[in-house]
Amino acid sequence: MDLAFSKEEIAFREEVRAFFKDNVPPDTRRKLQEGRHLSKDEMVTWWRILNKKGWGVSHWPKEYGGTGWSSVQHYIFNEELQMHPAPAPLAFGVSMVGPVIYTFGNEAQKKQYLPRIANVDDWWCQGFSEPGSGSDLASLKTKAERKGDKYIINGQKTWTTLAQHADMIFCLCRTDNNAKKQMGISFIVFDMKSKGITVRPIETIDGGHEVNEVFFDDVEVPVENLIGEENKGWDYAKFLLGNERTGIARVGVSKERLRRIKDLAAKVESNGKPVLEDQGFREKLAACEIELKALELTQLRVVADEGKHGKGKPNPASSVLKIKGSEIQQTTTELLMEVIGPFAAPYDEHGDDGSNEAMDWTAQIAPSYFNNRKVSIYGGSNEIQRNIITKAVLGL
Amino acid sequence: MDFDLSEEQRLLKESVDGLLNDSYDFEARKKYRAEKGGWSKTVWGKLAEQGLLGLPFSEEDGGFGAGAVETAIVMEAMGKALVLEPYLATVVIAGGFLRHGGSAEQKAAHIPAIIDGSKTFAFAQLEKNSRYDLSDVATTAKKKGAGWVIDGEKFVVINGENADTLIVTARTSGARRDRNGIGVFLVPANAKGVGRKGYPTQDGLHAADITLTGVEVGAEAAIGDPENALELIERVVDDARTAMCAEAVGAMDESLKSTVEYLKTRKQFGVAIGTFQTLQHRAADMFVAVEQARSMSMFATMAADFDNAKERATAVAAAKVQIGKSLKFVGQQSIQLHGGIGMTQEAKIGHYFKRLTMIENTFGDTDYHLRRVTDAGGLI
Repeated sequence: MDLAFSKEEIAFREEVRAFFKDNVPPDTRRKLQEGRHLSKDEMVTWWRILNKKGWGVSHWPKEYGGTGWSSVQHYIFNEELQMHPAPAPLAFGVSMVGPVIYTFGNEAQKKQYLPRIANVDDWWCQGFSEPGSGSDLASLKTKAERKGDKYIINGQKTWTTLAQHADMIFCLCRTDNNAKKQMGISFIVFDMKSKGITVRPIETIDGGHEVNEVFFDDVEVPVENLIGEENKGWDYAKFLLGNERTGIARVGVSKERLRRIKDLAAKVESNGKPVLEDQGFREKLAACEIELKALELTQLRVVADEGKHGKGKPNPASSVLKIKGSEIQQTTTELLMEVIGPFAAPYDEHGDDGSNEAMDWTAQIAPSYFNNRKVSIYGGSNEIQRNIITKAVLGL
Repeated sequence: MDFDLSEEQRLLKESVDGLLNDSYDFEARKKYRAEKGGWSKTVWGKLAEQGLLGLPFSEEDGGFGAGAVETAIVMEAMGKALVLEPYLATVVIAGGFLRHGGSAEQKAAHIPAIIDGSKTFAFAQLEKNSRYDLSDVATTAKKKGAGWVIDGEKFVVINGENADTLIVTARTSGARRDRNGIGVFLVPANAKGVGRKGYPTQDGLHAADITLTGVEVGAEAAIGDPENALELIERVVDDARTAMCAEAVGAMDESLKSTVEYLKTRKQFGVAIGTFQTLQHRAADMFVAVEQARSMSMFATMAADFDNAKERATAVAAAKVQIGKSLKFVGQQSIQLHGGIGMTQEAKIGHYFKRLTMIENTFGDTDYHLRRVTDAGGLI
């Protein structure tokens, strides 16, 4: 057992850190620090910088543009990215549909989609959840009927993150109504500009517009847009969801936010002295830091395990990452609320586009607190995570 | 970065687990508790035979030169088996004082007797009003000729009733809570003026309250600098805390295992109670608590190699906070999920709960260590 990074790993960390320092647009960094939303242009600009460096799809196989880094190097990269902070690569393309395409897609699909995902020439969104199919995803009803060389798609998806920016969607559609619910699902990708698609925004409790409803009304999709085999979509979806085991803890995000809490708490006064000097507050902060250190160590255990033994058999500790990671992210937003106290109240009417620079940035703290309630709900709610531990780890 | 055990460490783990599997089931433990002194000389002999009592000592002192990881492996196994024998007091704490602060003569005089199992030790540190503050020492050691005269009272000295030698903290100068002026002394338990009142503890161990009345020891009794030994004490107590974190992880792991087993076998309403989601999710939360504790136990273990004493101490304190939170949750919920049977002395699970609870209150509880981490400015 050895906690220390090797000399090479430390050098790598310096290289990554220096690259972020020199190349992340300062405005992008500041907006992230202040909890503001970024515009599509700001995100895409940064991702193209990253891709030009060769780090846009770092964890993909080398033949498709990946880096061939070790598990520890990926960990360092993500940690530095989150701490800088800089926007993480668009998960829907890079972490989700990309790996499904290079693993299950045909040569033509790989050639057509992978380079465009890497350079974010296409913005991808995810068509999984439906109004009646949340945690019970396999009950989904959106239908794809085969007619000649086309699928005709009808139904509705929801919680579709940033669909307003999307060029492409990967969608789970029912292609066989008679099979057991998991067996009749196919993984189909298509153009968001296709006729018959309507995107309707969902305003979330923070006043933001991140998620959408997407309606399909006789949308025609060429059959060559099916990824892999018909009716095997559930397997691909499981592969996709199981792919990102360690990023979900978002340790770097919480670290960065804790630093921000300290900065702010040193400036805001309570009882004639900075909040940061209040013993009760300091103890809460320390308790959160200890939880985060424990999570970081748990994550490193999983990373080291993957590095040594491959990703085949997941380390049971990996199921801890989502639960604790989301709880800690939520705690950090609570602590920020506590720091600003009554000044959490002013609401920025201009919404979430971050364009209203006149508004004091503390205006983002309450929305961020409200918004972060999502992290224990999405990606398999924490209750679903407990079901997974129950079955896969404890054998109950 | 590597969390795997080396080949040698893996063999060590197999051998400790093997030994305790063979000789330390719950029924055997009851018998050992009933022996004179409350633990088994036979088991102690076996630990010596397998070299476990010599593990952390350097090869030139007759040991194996093992580090914190090896100690954690042994302590975790002992936590799983709820071992009663005074490994922590003798090998980790007394051994720690001798390793980190002992002179060549002191090492030669005491380490061989630890390694061969012929002598055990006890750490007489806690006082009526000192609670968790290691610098709060009212017991005095006054210079007499070349030696010292020790006067004071020590409480809840684990293995104090059986130990051959006591390691006593005493003030050689300064006021009661000064950091300077504290010494550490080797005191034969049968020295004139030592009074011992032994009793069992909640978790099945044995302790003693000890009075020291005009106890005379020679100059060779002082370990390290008799005027300034607090840093040595802090170092050794950090080793002990780290070892107890590993012990707690072993005890929690076993508590969870035993609880899950119970959920699978106990039937109510015609089905195994483990089919109820409320209980499943509680067990899942216990798993999360154990894994977070395991991570921090590893962190404290690896911190033993940190060069910076302050960083090491903060890491250990942070680990003790996580372990304290986890053990309380796992301990309490283990009883809850066992239902009425968990309330009985007959069932094993309650004994894990009791040992875990006593670990929390030894060498600083959760609040105490949270304050230490806070005062150190946190971890990030």
